[in-house]
Amino acid sequence: MQPQRYWREIPQRYRLEAGRCRRCGKVFMPPRGLCDSCRSTEFETIRLADRGKVHTYTVIRVPPAGFAAQSPYVLAVVELDDGVRLTMQVADCGPDEVRVGLPVRVEFRKINEVGKSGVICYGYKVVPA
Amino acid sequence: MREVAVIGAGMSRWGELWHQDLRDLSCEAVLKALAETKADRVDSIHVGCMTGGLFAGQEHLASVMADCLGFAGVPASRSESACASGGVAFKAAYAEVAAGLCDVALVVGVEKMTDVGGDEATYALGTAADQEYECYNGATFPGLYAMMAVRHMHEFGTTRRQLSQVAVKNHSNGLLNPEAQYHAKITAEEVESSAHVADPLRLLDCSPITDGAAALVLCPLDMAKKLGKKAPVKVLAIGHATDTIALHSRKDVCRLAAVEKAAERAYKAASLKPEDIDLAEVHDCFTIAEIMVTEALGFARRGEGGKLVASGATAIGGKIPVNTSGGLKSKGHPVGATGVAQLVELAVQLRGEAGGRQVKKPSAGLAQNMGGTGGSSIVSILGVA
Repeated sequence: MQPQRYWREIPQRYRLEAGRCRRCGKVFMPPRGLCDSCRSTEFETIRLADRGKVHTYTVIRVPPAGFAAQSPYVLAVVELDDGVRLTMQVADCGPDEVRVGLPVRVEFRKINEVGKSGVICYGYKVVPA
Repeated sequence: MREVAVIGAGMSRWGELWHQDLRDLSCEAVLKALAETKADRVDSIHVGCMTGGLFAGQEHLASVMADCLGFAGVPASRSESACASGGVAFKAAYAEVAAGLCDVALVVGVEKMTDVGGDEATYALGTAADQEYECYNGATFPGLYAMMAVRHMHEFGTTRRQLSQVAVKNHSNGLLNPEAQYHAKITAEEVESSAHVADPLRLLDCSPITDGAAALVLCPLDMAKKLGKKAPVKVLAIGHATDTIALHSRKDVCRLAAVEKAAERAYKAASLKPEDIDLAEVHDCFTIAEIMVTEALGFARRGEGGKLVASGATAIGGKIPVNTSGGLKSKGHPVGATGVAQLVELAVQLRGEAGGRQVKKPSAGLAQNMGGTGGSSIVSILGVA
């Protein structure tokens, strides 16, 4: 993980900052330069809801590099209360406790350590609410 | 636009082939495809390869391929659309021939995947998903498809057993295909007791890591008699579409919109309906994928792809045989080669040369190739000329 690559996404990963189209109100996470609904290029920064529910999930039992220590872990597509969906881990939740519709709350967590230097990467996860 | 024919089709050996590299595999497939033709030249080369860089440390495949195939000097280019790279290379070659930019076009799809270890292969394949917003948070490809499966099961009542039936059928077909990576009959119980990968998917729900190449030779239909040795196969239509890169960005996570759009475009261009298709090669990278793809192609109603495979309709001899070659599941999945190999199977079937897995007198076959979790898809329909 290159520091600049990690650094530039801090607003999204640390603070759940998304972009809302000033013309039609559509929300984009990550923020983008062009609205696919109305083609507007004007956006305002908003913070996403920190509560939601599990839309779908899996239990990762063959983890990618950097995630071995956490395996098995629950991964989910979470629908936040403002309707935005994101892929994130469900922490503090056993493989048998997760279900579609499980109410969850977003928390700021360590994601993993990557590279030889062990850059610590942080971001969002959810926990059962 | 000129009508276009496939006059040559060939595959290298597929499997874990430590003694062969990108060039050896490509050369083997291309020599077989060219041997089916009387072409004494190649005007253009199109390479389909997902990531020669990450798997084999080799990019600039246009030059590498032209060189190793003995055609240095011929224009070549490489198409990339993750696991749909092969299908997209075919489209590029088709377009050139149809437009009259060249007469004899060679398509080669290739991937050399076993020169890297498991973590590196997972990383390389993961680049077909959203690196920043899926993989960063611990997603893997089996994990993303597993999440589609969980939602499909939740919404439509698709069962664990129906997933298994896809694997059982495709391995049963693969037994009849000498080119397949695996020749092993498996049972639903074996699928359901194989190692966990990403719940509910197990090892035998997943397509394997494969080294392999596949090749096609295209020319204008009106030159097919002169340049070909066998009955030509005609390209009836190609439909191509994209969708969001991240699964979570889709309104419906168990609907493959890119496949639906690509199919709609192909059916329209060929003036055909799903019921006019005699066999289909589809992108069964995971068992759930085949179920969802058969729905997107119109072979089953929405949510009923599981019932379709359970009914036996997609077996050889069924109403719409799917993956007679063994599919990605049993034939193997060298990602960049897959889309080209699907078309090789259609050509073999349409010529009536498929031996024990031959579908009875097919007149139209469909190939559906897909990148990532459905972020891109290409549907090609071939027919008897």
